[in-house]
Amino acid sequence: MKELSLNILDIVQNSISAQATLVKILLAETEDTLRITIEDDGKGMTPEFLATVMDPFSTTRKTRKVGMGIPLFKLAAEQTGGELTLTSQTREMSPEGHGTVISAFFHKDHMDFTPLGDVVSTLISLIQGCPDVDILFEHRLPGGSLVHLDTREMREALGDEIPLNSFEVLEWARESLNEQYGF
Amino acid sequence: MGQGKPERTIRFLGESQTYINKNYERNTTMKSLEELAAIRNKMKDRVALRENNGDIRIVVGMATCGIAAGARPVLNAFVEEVSKQHADNATVTQTGCIGMCRLEPIVEVFEGNKERVTYVKVKPAMVPRIVKEHILGGKPITEYTIGAAE
Repeated sequence: MKELSLNILDIVQNSISAQATLVKILLAETEDTLRITIEDDGKGMTPEFLATVMDPFSTTRKTRKVGMGIPLFKLAAEQTGGELTLTSQTREMSPEGHGTVISAFFHKDHMDFTPLGDVVSTLISLIQGCPDVDILFEHRLPGGSLVHLDTREMREALGDEIPLNSFEVLEWARESLNEQYGF
Repeated sequence: MGQGKPERTIRFLGESQTYINKNYERNTTMKSLEELAAIRNKMKDRVALRENNGDIRIVVGMATCGIAAGARPVLNAFVEEVSKQHADNATVTQTGCIGMCRLEPIVEVFEGNKERVTYVKVKPAMVPRIVKEHILGGKPITEYTIGAAE
């Protein structure tokens, strides 16, 4: 992937396939490091599946036997001297706290660091594709300021009749994020 | 605002350029949720209208293969063009792997009983023409389809 924001888009699609109702995308950035945590309340993975999921030849998909999403994200972290951790609990293991947490740590000053890229377009694509899933996005910037978007707040302001993937609403979200980033 | 603190530059390589963020604290001028309430009032009537005539589906492949090949800007171009050209008869949706990864980004157009049209190796620059000539004009652009690529 050319940008880490594309890895984020790809990984969150897994959360959506796993019937998540809320996905948290949390970025914590310092001058030299970046941590990307993606947390969902989906159906989770069994320990057996978790053990094989880092392997490119593991997937739930039927069209093709190769699932590259997590291995690519892991590679992007490890090639900077960072790491990727993955924890998951199924409904059977934890009826209250089921879901998956993927956390990737990057050294930004490493020559093999992939730039974060256009994270705003990733969020807009996710809201467009899955207007019924809630997304909490937080990006703590190196200076300490916080960029924030919570679709639950948006839903409350919009009421039931306006879907989140209406063009006007997507534009509002894009402008809100751009404004917070100071674009 | 800054108050003596140095300006910092955040560099986003990729689809964006260089931007400057002058604020260290959470931005107080951020677009307010009240604006969403205004959008809500403005749109109420139109939404009901739209739901009745969405008879064309534009489906963008957004699995790992599609995303890596550039599906995200293609998706966003369709969302924008459908709105800009008032193609109110069309809805844009996303799907997983279509099974022809080497031809990604792939976009499929479904319309009523017509045979589906599969566009391959789609670039954002092709999107305005697809919306104008196919979605609104009813004529698929053969040179962008899978038949031409094979």
